[in-house]
Amino acid sequence: MTSRKTVLVLGGSSDIGRAAARAFAKAGYDVGLAGRDVAALEPDAADLRARYNVEARTFTFDVLDTASFDGFVEGLPALPDVVISIVGLLGAQESAQSDLAHATTIMRSNYEGPSLILGLFAERFLGRGSGTLVGVSSVAGDRGRASNYVYGSAKAGFSAFLSGLRARASRGGVHVVTVKPGFVRTKMTEGMKLIGPLTVEAPVVGDAILAAVENKTDVVYVSGKWRLVMLIIKTLPEAVFKKLKF
Amino acid sequence: MTLVSGWGRFPVVDSDVLRPRSFEAVGEAVVAGSVARGNGRAYGDAAIGAVRTIGMTGFDRVRSFDPATGRIRLEAGVLLADLIDTFGPRGFLPFVVPGTRFVSVGGAIAADVHGKNHHCEGGFGRHVESILLRTGQGDTIEISREQNSDAFFATVGGMGLTGVILEATMRLRPVETGWIRERVISASDLDAAMRALDVGDAATYSVAWIDCAARGQNLGRSLIYLGEHAGKGELAAGADAFPLGKKPGLSVPIDLPSMTLNRTSIRAFNELYYRMGARRAGTSHVVSLYPYFFPLDAIAAWNRIYGRRGFLQHQCVIPQDGARGVLGEILDRVARRGDASFLAVLKKLGQGDGILSFPLPGYTLALDFPVKGDILSFLDEIDRLVVAAGGRLYLAKDARQSRATFEAGYPALSRFNAIRKALDPDGVIRSKLSQRLFDEV
Repeated sequence: MTSRKTVLVLGGSSDIGRAAARAFAKAGYDVGLAGRDVAALEPDAADLRARYNVEARTFTFDVLDTASFDGFVEGLPALPDVVISIVGLLGAQESAQSDLAHATTIMRSNYEGPSLILGLFAERFLGRGSGTLVGVSSVAGDRGRASNYVYGSAKAGFSAFLSGLRARASRGGVHVVTVKPGFVRTKMTEGMKLIGPLTVEAPVVGDAILAAVENKTDVVYVSGKWRLVMLIIKTLPEAVFKKLKF
Repeated sequence: MTLVSGWGRFPVVDSDVLRPRSFEAVGEAVVAGSVARGNGRAYGDAAIGAVRTIGMTGFDRVRSFDPATGRIRLEAGVLLADLIDTFGPRGFLPFVVPGTRFVSVGGAIAADVHGKNHHCEGGFGRHVESILLRTGQGDTIEISREQNSDAFFATVGGMGLTGVILEATMRLRPVETGWIRERVISASDLDAAMRALDVGDAATYSVAWIDCAARGQNLGRSLIYLGEHAGKGELAAGADAFPLGKKPGLSVPIDLPSMTLNRTSIRAFNELYYRMGARRAGTSHVVSLYPYFFPLDAIAAWNRIYGRRGFLQHQCVIPQDGARGVLGEILDRVARRGDASFLAVLKKLGQGDGILSFPLPGYTLALDFPVKGDILSFLDEIDRLVVAAGGRLYLAKDARQSRATFEAGYPALSRFNAIRKALDPDGVIRSKLSQRLFDEV
């Protein structure tokens, strides 16, 4: 083992996960990439080693398999300095309205799994007295909207979990970052109509996560415009809001 | 279907755009009438599939890098900007960079792009050792100078028509710093400019900016920029060995009205630019590699300056003998016309490497024109001069040359077609450019 700092990225094969891993590796961190398909993560690990001359390893992690979480944390070669959860599932709102299995998967992927795993790491970090946890939530969690409230409500739960965890953990030397990326051009949003000025590329999110960890920021809206947009959306009276179609 | 265009935003055509995320998915995505697209910096219709366009920028991984040799294996969608930012600070740069760093490795191979050092280092393809190619027939093959060499030399400069470039192994150039020692020479006319470029053969990098609004005895007046890699000892005290590549600071957020660039504004800009440059002439100073190699990258979306209808870049190469007369004639016609832009570049090229590579020993002249009026017939006339002089046009910039011009300029075309046929007997790989210039109708 080197004496360099380490980051573990949960959801390492996502575009934001890859971008975050690159940002941290560039800053000199050794990287662990965790995801369901560990073979698919290997090319990304090789990319980090070739580019930045850091150590990069891969781990199997399934956010829906909560029973495996204790063993997963236990099985890591060392407790990382930073853990980032980028896991999430946009799903399809329309099917989630009647397909309970799909709705459950969305809720578990965006709320239950990410909260539980970061909660587990929080206990270890508090025991050690240091560490940073990053949860990638969503502006969709700021207010439930007609077009994506199943996903949005799960993200709202995750944001609330992170907020509470931050308040508790900050007294024990552990920092918690909530990231709300807004629109990002990724595999997840491919084919969606995104509003150009409100849309960023994945590397911008990766850099924002690194900056938030280094500056100990609490809540990050990757594009400042989103903070304003969501402020307006949050303050609309319900009587007006319910008439909006978005 | 999606409306797609190249960097010149002319033509704008329908193509089905897919962005596969695995090499298996690339295979599934390729249907009859497909071509790969990198970062979309070819100006015309080269990277637009006849039916389907395969977006490759998601393939942006470096597979391996050996700092002892500079040998790198990477996926075809890696941008040169990314390579420079990542490996520059480690002391390595691409041997060849074109005028923008926002091109993919796959695109740079397919167009066999050249830089300001073609006279020394050849084109991009010269530094590529091998390529992983997915042919139109569906085979995935490794090609190099030793293995499948026909396919290799057809793929370097082959405009993506031999198949989808998936990965490549190439060499990076070790450098001490990311700075360039630049020397500016001011040339008062075309003869002086060509002499200065001949002197520039001894320099690692050389390029001339031509004031194509200048006429009469000023015709062809130029600023010649010679460059050498600066050593650590040449840097100002405290300077970083590798300068930071800034994100574009300026952007053109909307299409400017096409009248923004007119005879008066271009003349005024060029006059100012020439005078400012001429004041620095003769001196030598150290500049960051970014403004030296990529001056226009500082302005994001600069293609919008030409307005909604887009623009054409006309880049020809004229063989050494007789180049003076033809270049003079072209510049005179352009100056009299008055709407060519500030981006007029004259460079010397050496021998090309690929079967369809653009370079040949001589001078290359690049001019931008907004799409309007009789520009197409004007350029047809220019093409006649180019062909008569034994020259040809750069396919990566082209959106409008005729088949006759193309066939006259590329005598190795039949050899290329035979290799292409062997790799892709059913003609699956087809772009809008190949439909326009290559394919049987």
